Amino acid sequence: MLPLLMALSLLQMVSGSVLETFEETLLVYPSLLVLVPVQIGTAGNLASIMCARLSTQFHLGTFELHPSNPDVRANVGAVLALALTIFSLVGVAAWAIGRVLGGSLAFWQVFAISMLSGLALALLVITLSLVSVTASFRLGYDPDDTTIPIVTNVCDVVGVLILFAVTRLVL
Amino acid sequence: MATHDSAREIYRGALPAIVVSLVAGLFAGTILGSESMRAGIQSVPGLLLLLPAFLATRGGVYGSLGARLSSGLYQGVIEPRFELDERVAHAILASFINGMTVSVFIAVVAFLVLLAFGEGGSLLQLVGIMLIAGFLSALLMLSVLVTVVFVGYRRGLDPDNLVGPIVTTLGDVFGVLFLLVGVRIVGWLM
Repeated sequence: MLPLLMALSLLQMVSGSVLETFEETLLVYPSLLVLVPVQIGTAGNLASIMCARLSTQFHLGTFELHPSNPDVRANVGAVLALALTIFSLVGVAAWAIGRVLGGSLAFWQVFAISMLSGLALALLVITLSLVSVTASFRLGYDPDDTTIPIVTNVCDVVGVLILFAVTRLVL
Repeated sequence: MATHDSAREIYRGALPAIVVSLVAGLFAGTILGSESMRAGIQSVPGLLLLLPAFLATRGGVYGSLGARLSSGLYQGVIEPRFELDERVAHAILASFINGMTVSVFIAVVAFLVLLAFGEGGSLLQLVGIMLIAGFLSALLMLSVLVTVVFVGYRRGLDPDNLVGPIVTTLGDVFGVLFLLVGVRIVGWLM
């Protein structure tokens, strides 16, 4: 347990270093600091839902990595719809909270950052979940044990990178 | 499960839990964006560097404790009573030690990263903040987790469904809050 926790902490340092290089911008615009835990947490939640559902289908024998599979389509559709709903709510809330905390970003800027990074994260979650369930199956591991930790940790690290890149693009 | 779930059904089923954790995430973000936290970030080099690792640890340590407790309850080797049963005590002690060890480890790694990039920073300050934040979150997470899992189990709720939301929600909000408390206390001591 302890070595695994330490290895994961080292991996998380990558997102930490990105945040650190990003420090000046984050301190000027508190809306962005509000976004950091929310975007990453939501990506993790979407990942757990998608991986848990795909693993169950895998155990039931209905999982097949193919765009015509109705289960895969339903999961992808649901994750995209959840992402659109949540990340628009987040955009509004982060802008409003940022205003209260003394930030100066325009509504469209915060909203665009939340939506663009959120949708990029949702696409990442979908791709990673499908790939890791398929890979677990091929390698003979139970996807219930492997997929959620892998996908949520990758999302933590890549989530900060995406947030950083999208902020660069919008601001 | 002969029929296939539609996207609409999955959406309806998943939305409430996601919205609850969204509210918690916004709380955590608000503390992170608050004036005193921003002052802390500015005055403590390395604070943003260790933030993601610190928050992720909460899930790893207390998520696995919750999973262990609920498996024990189902197997009948743990009784949902608040007596100091040896198994429960061992599980709690192990997560406490894991949590504290990883917190200190994170502080040391963050210091080494700062050192490697020549940004300066104080090992004592970072270790102090992580010890305080790690200890406070251990107290809170252990007591809430054991209480909710035991009480929930006695009332017929599946503890496996309770652990995840508790850990992510409380872990993020109080992780950031206790980090701020740590920064304050260490700033006052040093």
